[in-house]
Amino acid sequence: MRMLFLLLAFFVSSAMAGEESVQLKDGNGKEAVTVQCAMCHSLDYIPMNATNRAGWEKTVNKMINVMGAPIEDGDKKIIIDYLANHYGR
Amino acid sequence: MMNRRRFIKKTVASLVALSGWSVLQQSALAANLVTMDSQESPILDTLEGKKPLIKQTFRPPNYETPVNYFDTAFTPNEAFFVRYHHAQIPKINANDWRLHIGGDALSKPLEFTLEQLRNEFEIVEIAALCLCAGNRRSLFQPPVAGIQWGSGAMGNARWRGVRLRDVFARANIDKTALEVSFDGADSGILRTTPDFIKSLPLAKALDENTLIAFEMNGEPLPHWNGFPARLIVAGWVATYWIKHLTTINVLSKPANNFWMQTAYRLPKDRFTAEQFDSQVSETTVPITDIAVNSLVTNLTDGQVITGIKPVDIKGLAWDGGDGIVSVEISTDAGNSWQPAALMQNHGRFSWRHWRYSFTPKAAGEYTIMARASSHSGMSQPLVAVANPSGYHHNAVQKITIKVV
Repeated sequence: MRMLFLLLAFFVSSAMAGEESVQLKDGNGKEAVTVQCAMCHSLDYIPMNATNRAGWEKTVNKMINVMGAPIEDGDKKIIIDYLANHYGR
Repeated sequence: MMNRRRFIKKTVASLVALSGWSVLQQSALAANLVTMDSQESPILDTLEGKKPLIKQTFRPPNYETPVNYFDTAFTPNEAFFVRYHHAQIPKINANDWRLHIGGDALSKPLEFTLEQLRNEFEIVEIAALCLCAGNRRSLFQPPVAGIQWGSGAMGNARWRGVRLRDVFARANIDKTALEVSFDGADSGILRTTPDFIKSLPLAKALDENTLIAFEMNGEPLPHWNGFPARLIVAGWVATYWIKHLTTINVLSKPANNFWMQTAYRLPKDRFTAEQFDSQVSETTVPITDIAVNSLVTNLTDGQVITGIKPVDIKGLAWDGGDGIVSVEISTDAGNSWQPAALMQNHGRFSWRHWRYSFTPKAAGEYTIMARASSHSGMSQPLVAVANPSGYHHNAVQKITIKVV
């Protein structure tokens, strides 16, 4: 419950803090990216670190293996595809 | 664990669906909407208690100081840069705050209130540059992952507090003590995210210039800069300057966590820097002290200057505590160099302003460069030394101005 409260608090406060101005590009996987990534950080991290597919695989793996992001394999592929297709370099 | 994870995920998903991330996006003022491409012009945004700063990321908050604030010796608190790894940042009531000192190489744990620190130890003040290891990362080519800082992830301040070594004089530190680790009150949203804990070699922790600071430029620390107390490691990059400091542990073994053993590291033998022997691996070393560097603060690349008249070139120079011995200026793309005048010296850990007056002989393009050198004989390279995390960008700047 503590976690739920914190999450709610952060969603509300972050929305008020201007975070809602960050708009990702439309495309398959946008919702999965928003749900999974915005759990811990604002989405401006994504365009800031635009990179190729290998780079995005490395980043998403780091989020899962190091930062403890609870992303399952099905979502992981969707997320990497979206990032590589829309924020490639 | 999985149940809790699923629960969180479902909660976020329904929050997005119900309160509507996309609705939020669509309902926001059109003028504020930015469809994020990879190339963005700077967004100025205001955190509570701060002036508008250059927003890098909203959450965790990462904001850099616009260079126009660098004209003064000390950076105003309300314009001082903000850098966090974690999004959960509690607002701390100074009366409730406690500093815990423990660890396996300390026989008697200690606890202090802010008042005790203020009243029971000598108060000292140091002018020191606080510089993010990744300052200017955006200048690396090819790009390096991480916050794409420009030149403003730094600030100079007068830090007031107590020496860590004076506090440690109250503790029985064991002969086995090797490192001292520092933890702040901020943490990740998920409990699975590794807490941001940094360690120092024992000798650095006991250095007279390592402080537990509670004031900055004569005022209490701003919330976003570590209220009510933060670590100051004068001369070392800011990754060690733990904000909202709550726990200090004296350790007999090297601190073993992601932030020490994977992040904030450099390839071995690529930089000349202070040693951190207990954290050296076969291939990498931790980043330690600040590299000698300079910044032109009053000219920008491509600037047009009307009329053939003296052009003031102003800027800053700094290093990790050896002190700046000279700044040389070139106005002909590095063919010849002349000394700049060094301004007031606020101490070896402070940045130092400099100035040079350049009178162009004719209209045309001039490439301005500044190169700082320290008392230890170090100076800036012409090309930044590549490293996987994009630290220590201290290449000589090249600024082309057009005199018409």
